Amino acid sequence: MDYSQFLVMYQEIGLLVLILLVFLFDTFSSKEAPRGLSMFTVVLFGLLTLAGFVTPCCKEVASAFGGMYVTSPTMVAIKNVLNIGVFIVLIQAKGWAHSEFMRVRRGEFYELLLITLFGMYLMISARHFLLFIIGLETASLPLAALVAFDKNRYESHEAAVKYMLTAVFSSAIFMMGLSFVYALAGTLYFSDIAASVIDGGAMLIVAVAFVIAGMGFKLSLVPFHLWTADVYQGAPTSITSYLSVISKGAAAFAFFVIMVQVFGPFYNQIWEWMLYALIILTITVGNLFALRQKNLKRFLAFSSISQAGYIMLGVIAGSAQGLGSLIYYILVYIFSNLAAFGVIQSIESKTGRVDMDSYNNLYSTNPKLAFTMMLAMFSLAGIPPFAGFFSKFFIFSTAVASGSVALYILVLIALINTIISLYYYLLVVKAMFINNQEDCVIAPFKSSVSDRLGMWICVAGIILAGIVSCIYNGIVNTSVHNPEYIFTIFAN
Amino acid sequence: MIFSNILIYFVVIPLVMLGLLFLCRNMNQIRTVAVVGSTALVALSVYLVIDFLHLREAGADAVMLYTDSWMWFEPLNIHLAIGVDGISVAMLLLSAIIVFAGTFASWKIDPLPKDFFLWLILLSTGVFGFFISIDLFTMFMFYEVALIPMYLLIGLWGTGRKEYSAMKLTLMLMGGSAFLLLGILGIYYHSAPEGGKLTMNLLEISANNAIDHNWQYFLFPITFVGFGVLGAMFPFHTWSPDGHASAPTAVSMLHAGVLMKLGGYGCFRVAIYLMPHAANELAWIFLILTGISVVYGAFSACVQNDLKYINAYSSVSHCGLVLFAILMLNTTAMTGAVMQMLSHGLMTALFFALIGMIYGRTHTRDIRLMGGLMKIMPFLAVCYVIAGMASLGLPGLSGFVAEMTIFVGSFQHEDMFHRVFTIAACCSIVITAVYILRVVGKLLLGPVYDEHHLTLTDAKWWERLSTVTLILCVAGIGCFPNWINDMIHNSFLPIIEVLTK
Repeated sequence: MDYSQFLVMYQEIGLLVLILLVFLFDTFSSKEAPRGLSMFTVVLFGLLTLAGFVTPCCKEVASAFGGMYVTSPTMVAIKNVLNIGVFIVLIQAKGWAHSEFMRVRRGEFYELLLITLFGMYLMISARHFLLFIIGLETASLPLAALVAFDKNRYESHEAAVKYMLTAVFSSAIFMMGLSFVYALAGTLYFSDIAASVIDGGAMLIVAVAFVIAGMGFKLSLVPFHLWTADVYQGAPTSITSYLSVISKGAAAFAFFVIMVQVFGPFYNQIWEWMLYALIILTITVGNLFALRQKNLKRFLAFSSISQAGYIMLGVIAGSAQGLGSLIYYILVYIFSNLAAFGVIQSIESKTGRVDMDSYNNLYSTNPKLAFTMMLAMFSLAGIPPFAGFFSKFFIFSTAVASGSVALYILVLIALINTIISLYYYLLVVKAMFINNQEDCVIAPFKSSVSDRLGMWICVAGIILAGIVSCIYNGIVNTSVHNPEYIFTIFAN
Repeated sequence: MIFSNILIYFVVIPLVMLGLLFLCRNMNQIRTVAVVGSTALVALSVYLVIDFLHLREAGADAVMLYTDSWMWFEPLNIHLAIGVDGISVAMLLLSAIIVFAGTFASWKIDPLPKDFFLWLILLSTGVFGFFISIDLFTMFMFYEVALIPMYLLIGLWGTGRKEYSAMKLTLMLMGGSAFLLLGILGIYYHSAPEGGKLTMNLLEISANNAIDHNWQYFLFPITFVGFGVLGAMFPFHTWSPDGHASAPTAVSMLHAGVLMKLGGYGCFRVAIYLMPHAANELAWIFLILTGISVVYGAFSACVQNDLKYINAYSSVSHCGLVLFAILMLNTTAMTGAVMQMLSHGLMTALFFALIGMIYGRTHTRDIRLMGGLMKIMPFLAVCYVIAGMASLGLPGLSGFVAEMTIFVGSFQHEDMFHRVFTIAACCSIVITAVYILRVVGKLLLGPVYDEHHLTLTDAKWWERLSTVTLILCVAGIGCFPNWINDMIHNSFLPIIEVLTK
């Protein structure tokens, strides 16, 4: 057996070693409270993240296990992006992990979280549906446990049950779709399926629809979004932020690869209109529901639904540039959303308030928090010179690249939706800056060092990720210069 | 090297100011930074005008001078491309003067002076950046940078129904820019002939001339409407009165004085220059809309009682005239349009500054509750009369030069349609006289309405500085329009050339 192929999986293996180390540390340290566990995990994970950027191998496409597992610079890029996000989440979660209630369960939290990340790595790199399913399940099931982590809160349990049921249900639908695909193609390798299915007729349509539905649950695309708001609201805030950016980012990438590589040849024939409808519904419904939310976690849940719709615009192009823009969008979305969640978490841990009314006049009591929140809102709304503007511009520009009028109309609808979204993002800004209320609910306080560090990273990302063009150029170049594995099948 | 180009300093200076403002600790430091920075901008723009004219005299006949281009986002071929022609130079000068005057008009801003200047300077960064850009992406980026600070400026420091107005203004202008973004993407993907390298550079797109006619019919209207919203074109003007009425003084000045010009400037620089065929064919539709703006704005101003609303509607009328003249598509009228931008920018800024000063003293803007201010604050009252005279087109002041050029240019069209609309638009001058004289009569002349007003004082030195600067500029353009007229006129020749091709 050729052991060199394990080298190709260095990111997965590194993560696995990290998980084992955390586990051992947790097991063999004192029973009451494993001291230094958070620091240990964060530092090691930071090193792992750095390693992703500096490791010299994988400058080209490489595969392992007979092509079941593939890696390439683009995949390293998306994994690095996710790593950055997880790193920020870990830093922000430190305060919560150190609360009295979490004392003996700190280790579980880190282990479960990192295992889901491992599952997402597999989802990204899988080129065979069996490996993909393993990744998908590894990424979903521990999350249900994490959602239920606040065992004293009723909402947390409710959220976990909802998440569990939808996760299982969507996996079932997904596998149903796969069984049809297998019946048609006789193989589960991505590249072989595309080659061997000539014309599947109705069966293929059902298969595509089931696969899209299965992935749609993960991405919380409308009409498969109903679990999102309740789960986001019920879960502990650290988990919510993880769910909303990391889980969604990995699923979006996997969705792109599956749709383009496996079902690419049938784009015009079968799923072009499905995708259009999904995008329009997702963006619009997400926005309209976000308008009336008073709870900021629910609010961000609906806003993240509509953001998922924008991410899907990157799939339309199906090109290397589309994929690059999609990854870049995820990166920017990670910074913006985590900045918002950082503020929410910081305030929630001090005062226990997450409703928008309690943010009234936050600027006069906690100007730095208010400023961070404002940057996050502007970036999510796509206001220059913040990164969100650039990511929106690029994803729109790749979406209309093929030039049909239908795409222009689709992008116009998306653009009008950005105006709607601007309204509700500005409502938050208005509450913090403009609304005047004599008795401020939130008294001035100093957030913990880890919270501040997390927010500083996010703010730096929001300001720099757009203007510093080498980030976008670099991401796109990884896929443009290695186009072998993206089949640019779209004939038009 | 990026800093060897003089134009880049129009963005660098405001950015340095932003950085310094962050460090400021008290009011004096804030004022120092604002005054030094805005003076530097005025000096820079004056130097640019002189240098530009010298270069032109020396025979530099490229469409744009001081051009430079740095690769920014390689996958989409987006550059940070800058360059100016006579029109942009004039607009830069206008912006610098108004920022300067606005700084002095907000000398006593309260509360949160530091934040106020931060947002104000961010707004002007966007404005300057917009006028120096010749790359569609950078242009659009700076355009949006200029829009968003308005929300907080109005929402935090405004008066009246400020929250409603701020939200309305932001959403309408951003709605316009959504159309604009689509237009820009469309232009980009048709910017080069089949197989050529796509570009966002205005000059290259125009030289390629590759946007086919069907696409022009689609892209021209959305681009024009996108910019037209900011230029207060008829059905999309409603943000303007509310926004201006609620905004604090300096913001009204900058917004009416400069920001609304971004709309007009974009209309001919992007919509007309890049899509000349559709511009020729479809101009009549927008001519009707802007014609309505001109007359309707003037009539609306007649029935308002709030000083700011009067001025805001008058701005709708005057800015409508800018777009109206641009759509005449000949050199004379378009030159007049830019003259009108300059004239209206200075004059409206002066108006809003004066209104702010009067409101700061009387605490009302309702003209029914004031009277005889000429006796109480003669300096401000005289300035107000001068601004009014400029607005209704008295010879010797800038309004006359601009409107005269516009109507002469418009009348060059020999068909019935254009003539009728020109005559209708001419009528707006008379209506302007009605509302200006009504205000002057009620507000400034006659008996003192409110006894409490007798104790009020006249202008302070910073207020005098702000208004005198603007009056000098208004009179300067009115008395010596030649040099600026020539500069603008020559810059329109390339645009007219693509229109007549």
